[in-house]
Amino acid sequence: MCTTCGCGTSQPHSHEHGHTHEHGHSHEHTHAGQQGRRLSLEQDILSENNRYAAANRAYWRALGVFALNLVSSPGSGKTSVLVRTIEALRGEVPLAVIEGDQQTDNDAQRIHAAGAPAIQINTGKGCHLDAHAVGHAAQDLNLSSGGLLLIENVGNLVCPAAFDLGEAHKVAVLSVTEGEDKPVKYPDMFAAADVLLLNKIDLLPYVDFDVARALAYARRVNPGIRVFQISARNGEGLTAWFDWLRDGCEQARREMPQPPGR
Amino acid sequence: MHEMTLAESIRDLIDAQAAKEGFRRVHTVELEIGQLAAVDVPALRFALNIALRGSVAGDAELAITEPSGQAMCVQCSTPVELAQRGDPCPACGSYELTVVSGGQMRVSGLVVY
Repeated sequence: MCTTCGCGTSQPHSHEHGHTHEHGHSHEHTHAGQQGRRLSLEQDILSENNRYAAANRAYWRALGVFALNLVSSPGSGKTSVLVRTIEALRGEVPLAVIEGDQQTDNDAQRIHAAGAPAIQINTGKGCHLDAHAVGHAAQDLNLSSGGLLLIENVGNLVCPAAFDLGEAHKVAVLSVTEGEDKPVKYPDMFAAADVLLLNKIDLLPYVDFDVARALAYARRVNPGIRVFQISARNGEGLTAWFDWLRDGCEQARREMPQPPGR
Repeated sequence: MHEMTLAESIRDLIDAQAAKEGFRRVHTVELEIGQLAAVDVPALRFALNIALRGSVAGDAELAITEPSGQAMCVQCSTPVELAQRGDPCPACGSYELTVVSGGQMRVSGLVVY
């Protein structure tokens, strides 16, 4: 129906309702049923983001870079996991980090101190990183071929799920000081992730957190999710995580397109 | 929370179409937001009211459909409707479901003049 005068467009425009056009309202507007036309788009609302994500993925693939997008609620220990990872793998694999937070460069400073180049993206009021901002940050980092790129997303279990950054995997971090039902409370994020790091397991004796139940919840929303139980504080379980990262880097290097003629 | 970002993306997409197709006003914006897309539709409507203001779609109607999630049960091979992720198969109770659709966020069409 026409929003200007309220007439229907599906039937002939008869003025049987006793309303005459004496109110000086000229019919310059067109009626959708008469001159309007329908454009069929079927276009993804995030198509712009997805285009940037595809460009990032192609760039990282060409460089043989293994890129991960770490997502969680605030305070799960993402930055501590990154610091531990950098301390273990620096000297072995080229490392770089993109930090996303609404404000401050505290996290980038922690990463620098641990020995890896880092760029902080402040999203201001934004609740997630997008592929465009991440692409620029990755360019500025001058990534080394065959390296590991760790992207720490804004602490938020909702919005980052929808935004592909071009990563190989989303890695969700859940800590045992949170509720064990988080995977079913925020199912989209745990469905979007391929890997779950259950962090702070050193605190299990002090909290009422049922690991089996938490993992059962995670598998309800994502039956194939790969789980590492870790403590970034005392190092427990980290060896398996580091080995998985080494395998990922190795695979990214193997899949790197060779220059022609070799 | 990201509904404003989506609203701005929708406006950009409409602006790009207006430049390409040469229309000056949008009568209806047709959106398809799957029920598994993690989008709050009332919040999206509110954000679109702000984001579309002053654009070619400034007074457009929003026609939003919300198709339900569809999944395939791995255990009993039944196609099932899924109201939200984490729900069991209504036929056999298994949680091993492969989501087939319901996560889409699309501008399906525009009625323009």
